[in-house]
This record gives sequence, structure tokens and C-alpha cells, in this order.
Amino acid sequence: MDTTAAEFDIELRLLLDAIYQRYHYDFRGYAHASLRRRLRSAMQHFSCGTLSHLQSRVLHEPEAFPALLNFLTVPVSEMFRDPGYFKSLREQVVPMLRTYPSLKIWVAGCSTGEEVYSFAILLKEEGLLERSLIYATDINPVILHQAEAGVYDVDRMASFTENHRRSGGASSLSDYYAAAYGRALIDPALKKHVVFSDHSLATDNVFAEVQLVSCRNVLIYFDRDLQDRAIGLFREALCRGGFLGLGSRESLRFSGHSGAFVDVAREDRIYQKREAA
Amino acid sequence: MTGTTLLGRVDAVVIGTSAGGVEALGEILPALPAVCVPIVVVLHLPRDQRSLLPEIFQSRCAAAVCEAEDKQPLEAGKVYFAPPNYHLLIDDGPQLALSADDLVNFSRPSIDVLFESAIDVYGERLAAILLTGANQDGAAGLAAVAGAGGIAIVQDPAEAQVSTMVESALARTSDVLVLRLAAIAQVMQTLDAGGPS
Repeated sequence: MDTTAAEFDIELRLLLDAIYQRYHYDFRGYAHASLRRRLRSAMQHFSCGTLSHLQSRVLHEPEAFPALLNFLTVPVSEMFRDPGYFKSLREQVVPMLRTYPSLKIWVAGCSTGEEVYSFAILLKEEGLLERSLIYATDINPVILHQAEAGVYDVDRMASFTENHRRSGGASSLSDYYAAAYGRALIDPALKKHVVFSDHSLATDNVFAEVQLVSCRNVLIYFDRDLQDRAIGLFREALCRGGFLGLGSRESLRFSGHSGAFVDVAREDRIYQKREAA
Repeated sequence: MTGTTLLGRVDAVVIGTSAGGVEALGEILPALPAVCVPIVVVLHLPRDQRSLLPEIFQSRCAAAVCEAEDKQPLEAGKVYFAPPNYHLLIDDGPQLALSADDLVNFSRPSIDVLFESAIDVYGERLAAILLTGANQDGAAGLAAVAGAGGIAIVQDPAEAQVSTMVESALARTSDVLVLRLAAIAQVMQTLDAGGPS
């Protein structure tokens, strides 16, 4: 029996409700197009013919939920992804960050940590790491553990190295990892400046005042209301004159909070919170 | 086959192509009426460069050509190109959605991702067109469009600059119109958003 699109969408909403009530993870504000695709992959993995069947499994088998969470929060990241973004940070944001005696940076939706370590390396190169603390948050504890481990396929390092070079990196990326047995292990000295923590942009609140928030390719998965909630959190967390960086196809243009920010690097989606916002 | 008309039959058209795609699209997009149904295109491009496709096609098309933005509503009279390094999907609304999920068929944007998401929103009121290309992306999506009762069209492999993509699709489903670009261009002329008057 084929499930119609309308039936699938009913089951989708019911599943998201069930997950929220049972596990307190709130995906109800996620854009449906990507959810449908991810949940179809999950249905295959769990050998479930319908989302209702998957819902039953997830409700009654607590061990199934972490596996489903891995489908709902697909980790994809690169070190120094969009080199122009990091180049603009170096040129236009770092000079302002230097004026603070201590720095707090929030990488929201940090996934497997590639961007977190990109920031740590950038701060090290700019001589700011010793006075910096990076909050790396994500909703998926399994992925956070991977981020904290900082172990990547050594095959990926060539493209990361090229990204890093194009971002204006003054040192060699290979100074920051040790390669062995096909793996690249991030220098533990970088990790001393990172706090990994479970945090949901959908249900949690602000936890610290920070000078920079980087949240890239997370908002595209949210509907407009949830996007606005997340941007509101960033606004609240940022100090006056603090900076916000988004993904290369994300913007504040349609957000109710757009008036609280000014463009710093339009093409690279870097914004600054107004002094009076 | 000639004389195929999609007038009043579809609410949107999705197009996928890869190697040789700029030239092939150049044969068919200029045939669109100014107020066509929404057209959404994935053309595989290098992931680390800015796309020049809207600039390339705008001067030759009566319809407005743009690069797709996240949550942009789909409108008549517009051709949307997927931006580099993002999947492009059609979401409820209908509106466009971007995703940075992993590569599909070694591609991001992936044609399968676009086609499969479009089926969820448009069902049988969708046409999918697959043109020249050197990999298998789009084959599964095109077969799914045909399976959902939509209209599946492929460029005649004898004419395609690279026929791999089209042949992969034909290996999956026979419920497909095989047309030369000139005939696809004639189909494009029938894509008035107003439907039959």
C-alpha cells in the first residue's frame, strides 16, 4: 500500500509530536522538505514501511531514539568551509575582538566540530586563543562526543588545508593535527579553550554573554518562526557591538530581528549587533 | 514525438543536467513564455565557485532568471537555479528550501534531491526533464516522478553531449518521453502558467 503525500505529512507531524513528548527534542519547527528526506532514510535503516511504524519503534524502544537522532541531525561540515567567511572574520572582526580583555565565542550547531577547531586555529594564528573560550553546542550528544574527540579522516585534510590557505591562514594546518593510521587527531592544546555542551536553539535559553556567534547552515533547516527564535537568542547572547556569522545562503533579511544588526561583510553574511539593540 | 503540450497539465517543472548542460539549457529555456509555471533547475557546478548561470541566461529568456534562495516562494514567470554547494528542495508553500546535507550521487546540488522533494509537493502535476550529463544523478528521481504520475522527459541520448545521465534514467523506467532538444523547446512553449484559456 502506497502512502500518499498527505498521509505522510500527517504521520510526520505525529512523529515529531511523539518525539517531543517522549524525549523533549523539538523538531516541530524544522522545515519539512529536508525532514522528509532524512526520515525516508531513517525508514530504510529501521526497515519501517511507514512513519507510523517508525513512531511506534521510537516510542517503545528507547535505544532506537539515538539512532533516529543521527538521521535527524545529519552532521556535515568542513574545516574553514567557505574560506571567504574566515578571511572576512580575520580582516574585519578580529581587529575589534582584539580590544576585549577576554573573548567568548559561541559556535551554535557545531556538529562534528570542524568549525570549532577552525575558530581555535584562527584565534591561535591571530594571537587571541589564550584569552578565548569557545562554546560549542549541538543537540545531539553522540555528535558532540565526536566533536570533542576531534578525530577526522586524514583523507579530508587536503581540502581542509586548501580551505585554510584560502582563508588567509598564516601557519600550516598540519601544525594543528597529528596524523596516524588514516586519522587526523586535532592538537589537544586547542581543545583546552573549548567547552562542548548540549544546547537546543528550539527549547533552551541563552547561557552566556559572547562577542561572536557563528551559526552556519543551521537556520536553513528551520521554519521562519524557529529561525526567529534562534536569531533572538543570538541577539540576547551578544554583547553590544558583538558579531554574528551565518551560512553563505542565510540572511537576517526576513527576520524580525534584522533591525538590531548592521552588515559587516554582506557577501560573507557577517553582521554586527547595534550598540543600542 | 512532436506536439506534446503541458498546458494546464503541470504546476511546476524541474530540470536536471550536468556535463554539456549550459548549452542544452540554452536551447530550451529561451523558449519559455514570460509567464511560465515555476521552473527549477539543478545544473552540476564546481562547489567552490560562484555561479554565473542567472547572468548567462537572463538576457536570453523572457522569464525572470534567478539563483534560488532559502524559503523563497515559487512564483510564475521565474526560473530558479540551485546555488553551488547546496541541495535545492521544494517545500510546502510551495517554496524553495536549501540543505547542506551530504553529497548525493557525488553531487551537491543533487538532481535526485530536487526531483524527489518536488514530488512531495506537486505529485502528478509535475514535469521533470533530464538532459545531457556524465553521471547517474537524476535517474532515480526521474523514475520516481514517472511513478508518481508526473511527466518524465529525457533528452534523446543520441543527441546528448554526454548520454550517461539519460541512459541511466532510461534503464530505470520506460515511462518517459524521449525528445530532442528542439522538441523539448516546443514543450517549453506550452508552459504558460495561466493554463488553457
